[in-house]
Amino acid sequence: MTALMQTVSLHRIAHGRSGDKGNRLNVNIIAYEPRHWPVLEAEVTAERVAALFAYRGVIQVTRYALPRLGALNFVIEDALEGGVNSSLGLDTHGKCLSYLVLGMDVRVPVEPGDGHEAEPVLQTAR
Amino acid sequence: MAIREVYVYRIGSGAGFSGDRIDAPQSVVAAIAAAGEGGTVIFETLGERTLALGQIAKRQDAARGYEPLLEDMLEPILARCVSAGIVIVGNFGQANPPAAAAAIQALAIRLGLGGLRIAVVSGDDLVGRIDLSQTERWDGDGRLPGIDGDVIAINAYLGAGAIADAIRAGAQVVVTGRVADPALALGPLVAHFNWAWDDLDRIAAGTLVGHLLECGAQVSGGFFADPGFKDVPGTANIGFPIAEVEADGSFVITKAAGTGGLVDLRTVKEQLLYEIHDPAAYLTPDVTLDITDVDLEEIGPDRVRVSGARGHAAPARLKATVSFYGDWLGEAEISYAGPNALARARLAITTINERVRMRDIPVRHRADIIGTVSAFDSDDGDFLADFDDTPDGDYRVRFAFGGGSQREVERAVQEVNALYCCGPAGGGGVRHSVRPRVRTLSHMVPRALVETGFHFAGEPS
Repeated sequence: MTALMQTVSLHRIAHGRSGDKGNRLNVNIIAYEPRHWPVLEAEVTAERVAALFAYRGVIQVTRYALPRLGALNFVIEDALEGGVNSSLGLDTHGKCLSYLVLGMDVRVPVEPGDGHEAEPVLQTAR
Repeated sequence: MAIREVYVYRIGSGAGFSGDRIDAPQSVVAAIAAAGEGGTVIFETLGERTLALGQIAKRQDAARGYEPLLEDMLEPILARCVSAGIVIVGNFGQANPPAAAAAIQALAIRLGLGGLRIAVVSGDDLVGRIDLSQTERWDGDGRLPGIDGDVIAINAYLGAGAIADAIRAGAQVVVTGRVADPALALGPLVAHFNWAWDDLDRIAAGTLVGHLLECGAQVSGGFFADPGFKDVPGTANIGFPIAEVEADGSFVITKAAGTGGLVDLRTVKEQLLYEIHDPAAYLTPDVTLDITDVDLEEIGPDRVRVSGARGHAAPARLKATVSFYGDWLGEAEISYAGPNALARARLAITTINERVRMRDIPVRHRADIIGTVSAFDSDDGDFLADFDDTPDGDYRVRFAFGGGSQREVERAVQEVNALYCCGPAGGGGVRHSVRPRVRTLSHMVPRALVETGFHFAGEPS
């Protein structure tokens, strides 16, 4: 049997926080529910995170997995356009950037009682 | 249910950064005092840049250069700490720990507490002791350009040794400059439990206590609320964290009863990984901390038990922050609202770009339209270029200019002001500022160049 899958924002199944040191950003992404840990492991890859930050010139991302915590930690090199003391941007620390990652789409299995029932079909008879 | 009677040592956080809530330490100190067994309250108020700002202040006035809010933070709690045997440990000495100690002593006398035993930790200031050209840069600064301005300060991250020694010698207050943030908690724990420095799992556990406490409310519901997903009660009165540490190094993170915020698995996990790179190797002056096998357990409301920190040998070199004068930053903003506001905001940007080019003003610059995609965007405006929703709205254009000359940056900022009469229709609310910036880079320095120790204020060092 193939599980029915649906696409949701990572923000629905995970939370996280970003931090800066120098020009290096780290973002942790943590599953709310243990059942979603495999989704994080499979879907939230270093490649996808690197692609998200490519517009800032990022070419190096390292992903660390912490299965006991149901968490991933991404270290994103040269993501901060100069960092807290040199950047011309608004958020020089990159504090908002955990939500850039949390905005990505992931595929999760549909589970009964998930609250994600199929959308009703509404028709108006003429 | 088995009831365990264990002795714990309590450490609370009084501040997680320079500029934190002034009244936060009060509930922490009250809770530790009520338990009646003494403890420590730590203040972490020293960011990478803060120390350079302190150094500049000290040059202007030899009695300044420490945390500007020091007296405001300590005045409400000092008497209670003294009477309850709660040690105060803080890096609020910034660039001038002896002046901070003198200010605390003066405060104690004003409050009728008499003379206190105030220890001053020294050794972080490396100006004149080190040739930076002989040291390697820290790899986390990546492609950032090297030091290209006058050096203001060089400060090594010290370990917890001098803090522990000072407390063993009877310090009631320990004032430091740059120390590794977790050392603020590790020092008191080593002093209290007599952990050996080569008992690496214990040193790692104490470091983890410090790591979880160092950002104050960030482990107890601050920087966490996301309404509908992560709800936090009482965000206006978040209780700062308190760790109850056992002799084996395991501990419980909690907060004072009757405060807002929350401590649960989610808040502890976010802070556990905050500003961590390799979770198997968090480098500190005292130990290499490995958190990959850390266990978290919710054992009650607002109580999370933390165990399983492991330690490996400390790194051979210490990290030092080098602060130097950077460029000037000019910022200027203007609003456009109502019908076709987005197009008018975009026209303001192309107009300023053209003016800066026409007048040949030597600044680097970027522009954001706040209300579209500003916080995520890059200097090149990749996201803004693709943004085409909601032409009618309430948009604020924000320009930033960087340059080596104050005058040139001011000229660029003045161009934004001139949009009032020359720019697109209906532009309002211009605000602008120009300020110098301090840049920082990290270098790795040999331990042999760093001599750390402490002395009591009022006694010869």
